[in-house]
Amino acid sequence: MSVQTPLARVQGLGAAHTGTGHFWRQRIGAVALVPLAIWFVCSALALIGADRDAAVAFLAQPVNAIAMALFVIAALNHMSLGVQVVIEDYVHDEGPKIALLMLNIFFAWIVGAACLFALVKIAV
Amino acid sequence: MAEQARTAPAARPLSPHLQTYRWPITMATSIAHRATGLALVLGTLVVAWWLLALAGGPQYYDTFSMVARHPLGQVVLFGFVWSLTYHLLNGIRHLAWDIGLGFDVHAANRSAATVIALSLLLALAVFAYAYAVKGLYP
Repeated sequence: MSVQTPLARVQGLGAAHTGTGHFWRQRIGAVALVPLAIWFVCSALALIGADRDAAVAFLAQPVNAIAMALFVIAALNHMSLGVQVVIEDYVHDEGPKIALLMLNIFFAWIVGAACLFALVKIAV
Repeated sequence: MAEQARTAPAARPLSPHLQTYRWPITMATSIAHRATGLALVLGTLVVAWWLLALAGGPQYYDTFSMVARHPLGQVVLFGFVWSLTYHLLNGIRHLAWDIGLGFDVHAANRSAATVIALSLLLALAVFAYAYAVKGLYP
């Protein structure tokens, strides 16, 4: 049995032992996504009505390929952190909750791998 | 009477929830932030499909274009674009709150209305540009 007071137990990294890590990573992603999402919307605008060759040529440029990769990575990371909170808020049964939390991570990995594979194939 | 109330509690909500309150605008923006965030999960699939279709070759890209230009595809794309502009603008609002800016009731109400109007305007502008300037009709 611990002789720690309840206050001591939650100080530092807190009762969940992760501290503000989740909050902080969510904000880092959010800050990064402000310019990246603006870039994405502007790029989509520029590509409206363009044919496939023009879109491929656009994404084959190193700056655009890297920006697109960063956008995908930052968005999927920010997404899985956000969806995690939604699952934790609404799903209270331990089994389904753990299954959904795993599915959430796998979804981000799969979509991310598909996007990055496509990007490499387009750009190289 | 009091004893009866204790043994058979009325079936009322213990904590008033969404359906009980008249929605303040800040409540609507908060709920919409989560809703658009979830909609953007589907948006990642649109982006992934677009990239895979580009990488796959003309026949795959034709399929993507055909679906995207279909009226239903346009509705989905509008939902995606508005979710993105809304979540982006309201996200900036949240980041401002994180550093302590605009957190009083009047400022929050005003920024809520601004975010709703501006996000719709931006999304409509994207589609107006596509239809009117680029001449793309679905």
